[in-house]
Amino acid sequence: MRLATPEKTVTFTFDGQRIKGVPGEPVSAALLAAGIKLVARSFKYHRPRGIMSAGSEEQNALVTVGRGTAQEPNVRATTLEVSEGLEVFSQNAWPSLKHDVMAVNDLVSPFLAAGFYYKTFMWPRSFWEKLYEPIIRRAAGLGALSGESNQDTYEKAFAFCDVLVIGAGPAGLMAALTAGRAGADVVLADEDTAMGGRLLREREDVDGKPAADWVVEALAELEAMPNVRLMTRTTVTGAYDQGTYGALGRIAGGRAAGKPLECFWRIVAKRAVLCAGALERPIAFPNNDRPGVMLASGVRAYVNRWGVAPGKAVAVFGNNDDAHRTARDLAAAGVKVAAVIDSRDDAKVEGDFPLYTGAEVIATKGRHALESITIKTGNGTRVIRCDCLAVSGGWNPTVHLTCHMNGRPTWDVGIASFVPTPESIPGMVTAGACNGAFSTAACLNEGAEVAAGVVADLGLAAEIKTPSADDAAYAIQPLWAVEGKGRKWIDFQNDVHVKDVRLAAQENFRSVEHMKRYTTQGMAPDQGKSSNVVALAVLADATGRGIPETGTTTFRPPYVPVSIAVMGAGSQGKGFAPERFTTSHSASVDRGAPMIEAGLWYRPSYFPKEGESHWRQSCDREVGYVREAVGICDVSTLGKIDIQGPDAAALLDFVYTNGFSTLKVGRVRYGLMLREDGHVMDDGTTARLGETHFVMTTTTAAAGLVMRHLEYVLQAIRPDLDAQVISVTEQWAQFAVAGPKSRELLNTVLDQPITDEDWPFMACGAVSVGGVAGRLFRISFSGEHAYEVAVPSRYGESLFRQLVAQAEVMGGGPYGMEALNVLRIEKGFITHAEIHGRTTAFDIGMERMVSAKKDCIGKAAAARPGLLGESRQQLVGLKSKGVDHALSAGAHLFDKGASHSRVNSKGYVTSVCYSPTIGTHLGLGFLENGRARHGEVIVLRDHLRNITEEVEVCDPVFFDQDGGRARG
Amino acid sequence: MRIDCPNCGERDRREFYYQGDAVVLNRPSEDAGAQAWDDYLHNRANPAGETRDLWFHEGGCRAWLVVERNTMTHAVHAATLAEKVKR
Repeated sequence: MRLATPEKTVTFTFDGQRIKGVPGEPVSAALLAAGIKLVARSFKYHRPRGIMSAGSEEQNALVTVGRGTAQEPNVRATTLEVSEGLEVFSQNAWPSLKHDVMAVNDLVSPFLAAGFYYKTFMWPRSFWEKLYEPIIRRAAGLGALSGESNQDTYEKAFAFCDVLVIGAGPAGLMAALTAGRAGADVVLADEDTAMGGRLLREREDVDGKPAADWVVEALAELEAMPNVRLMTRTTVTGAYDQGTYGALGRIAGGRAAGKPLECFWRIVAKRAVLCAGALERPIAFPNNDRPGVMLASGVRAYVNRWGVAPGKAVAVFGNNDDAHRTARDLAAAGVKVAAVIDSRDDAKVEGDFPLYTGAEVIATKGRHALESITIKTGNGTRVIRCDCLAVSGGWNPTVHLTCHMNGRPTWDVGIASFVPTPESIPGMVTAGACNGAFSTAACLNEGAEVAAGVVADLGLAAEIKTPSADDAAYAIQPLWAVEGKGRKWIDFQNDVHVKDVRLAAQENFRSVEHMKRYTTQGMAPDQGKSSNVVALAVLADATGRGIPETGTTTFRPPYVPVSIAVMGAGSQGKGFAPERFTTSHSASVDRGAPMIEAGLWYRPSYFPKEGESHWRQSCDREVGYVREAVGICDVSTLGKIDIQGPDAAALLDFVYTNGFSTLKVGRVRYGLMLREDGHVMDDGTTARLGETHFVMTTTTAAAGLVMRHLEYVLQAIRPDLDAQVISVTEQWAQFAVAGPKSRELLNTVLDQPITDEDWPFMACGAVSVGGVAGRLFRISFSGEHAYEVAVPSRYGESLFRQLVAQAEVMGGGPYGMEALNVLRIEKGFITHAEIHGRTTAFDIGMERMVSAKKDCIGKAAAARPGLLGESRQQLVGLKSKGVDHALSAGAHLFDKGASHSRVNSKGYVTSVCYSPTIGTHLGLGFLENGRARHGEVIVLRDHLRNITEEVEVCDPVFFDQDGGRARG
Repeated sequence: MRIDCPNCGERDRREFYYQGDAVVLNRPSEDAGAQAWDDYLHNRANPAGETRDLWFHEGGCRAWLVVERNTMTHAVHAATLAEKVKR
């Protein structure tokens, strides 16, 4: 029921029913205004549940929003803003909220007590996975995902400030005003849609005017300060090391406005002031979960802030003065107060409503909504008709963030709750209700004083100026659970009641951590915000200990549920793996080449021609280009590192196993790089362009790794070396021109023709390519007479197209990764398939490349006895019996006659191909004592692909063993 | 977590690559013997308390840093350029 006619409304639906809401209010307010009490079914017993609170602590009113790709389950109706066309659905009920079949769970609840599944579903064991678990999962639960990919966008952002103020209630506003006026950079974050906290929800005066008016003035002053940033709809979710705070920002308008749904903030603050307020706690009395039973603070919020009466006749039950405040506010708003029930004998209250002191609520009635309550007083029991019961069991300071770095809160007898332990989070101080100061005046004062202390620490001077406000003392008499027939709910979200906690204690799960896991109390999405202290009190009572001795469980981040989507914002799909394109990318795509991923790079697999129906046809043809004419391949993805300085050669001597100081200017040398543990890290060629200038080539995969390694060596191991390194991978486009006609082709693009005499095998130097200053390297990864020509990237595409056009005139053309792989296997050249991190120079047959004349990274460790000798699996070539006998990479190698079991494995296959040059299938692999076994026939077995083949062990160089073609 | 890079100032830990114990700065000589090399390569203390680790400001100035911090309190005491520590 609305207390006044709203000026503007929007229409949304709840389970298809059209409902009017007022912009700015939560869905829960609109549902209550429409008289809807039943909004959800509980997690385990499918009990009817209504709206309990008016904040993010809501335990019952979880709903699903939207449908299809935009479907979001388990949204709290109390924090979900109404908007035009919003679709809201109840969840965990079938076929409907009112007629939920699974409510049968509630009838058999005596068998479903805490821990029931540990005991009941033990045997037979095989039933667990196939039968019990699926059934239990279907029966219990909350909202469901749509199963479709989420199309919403999310953001992440960083913010920096001197002072982060968490919460914008009376303490937070005063803290922000005080720090802001002193000139500090302030971020004020509050999870509500409007700042003000309880000042917007209570009927009281601040500075002689209604509190809400004072809030408007305070916010106007804050907004006018350039050094203050106000963040509404932003929940600070976690406190982390060195003053870093996580915060979940909901974006106003969100999806409907075409904006991201949420933003995850990382706020770095020199100091933080926690003004998170307090959460009201319920009282556990029989059937206290009936829709219509609400927290008194929530009832006041709906009445005072949103002008919605949650019932026509409201009873109030409490153990502190806030119960009376609720009754006064309801009466002032014209809502009938059915009764005020105060458990304290000495409670005093004035008002035009029946008051029962020393009384308790012992029963509730009503199927889908509250109809009446039964109370017990000194004079017996009495039934009171009401459709809403406002409950106040006292307030729990919101200490959560102070516990995020292992801090434990301290029990405060005066307020019968926990308060933060000082200095639990370095750089964070607490003020106001979260600190146990509950009156408005105390909150305003603490906020100002604490902020003044903080800015003084930062070297600024603050003036403490606080407005006048209510300073009533907080009088509470602890009341945790009321005895009586029926379940007394503690954790509404996980359906845990008093008896469950007592059962835990009875079965010797007496530690609070054990009780939590046994009953699941506090393990629901709300993380026990409202239930923890009550559960502790009940456990303490059942175990005969005090509450401080019983202790608390640990509050961990996040304070409210945070979607994985927002934490991973920007990192989905291509955001997770950005694409790197070579300069020849579009030229390759134009030719219909399928592009394959190589790290983040995309490279052409092969270049199909008309009439070819299988990739092997294209690949064989491209191999033929290189072996018989000329082929072109973009090799720009290989890492290129420019190394300069007087000690550049000494650096290379130290990171490569072989020597580079002896390399002549204008020459290239192959180098082998080890990790310090003696295993191969990478290989590649390095060209000496000048006395103090080298260009190193790395493999595509290890480009970043090698760059980091060189910087590590220069800074952490050999800072005595005067050399500089920088990656130039992206600066140069580089193309392999390979085949017997390679020089002939190059001479059509080079401004000065080259000869074999000027450019012998492994020569390098500057060339002019169509007037562009480029570089030429006579190196070969195919075993053919070949070059790599490099030009600045902006000329890459043009040069590639020109080289390919020329090659085609000469009977060649472009070749892709498949052909490149065949060409290198035929020559026994290794890639990271072979140097996969567990192989040594000895294993790959390059132990002679480890120079005896100098130290290098990995040299000492590579000499360890276990890394040398016959027991090592050594690189070998493997030749199949013929074209019909394909080999398989990943297969294991066995002696003939041995069973194909793990213990008999003598090695494995790393690379395979069909070689059109040799006319059979070839493989590279590692075989125990393999170098001594050339000529033997062994068995290759792939259990996954079910392939068994006999193969001949041979030298890994299958083709042109003396290397004459590359030199020639 | 924040690390105060001597070149760039205080930065989020996401900008850094973590390597491990800074004992790797004390590289044995080539002929130091198997025991010394075994210690250098493999044997690490796992202290509850003060540690001295190598971090790399990969998303920043690309400096290798020796970071002193406490694994119990998570306090970061100092970050020094590895090349200065070494010299």
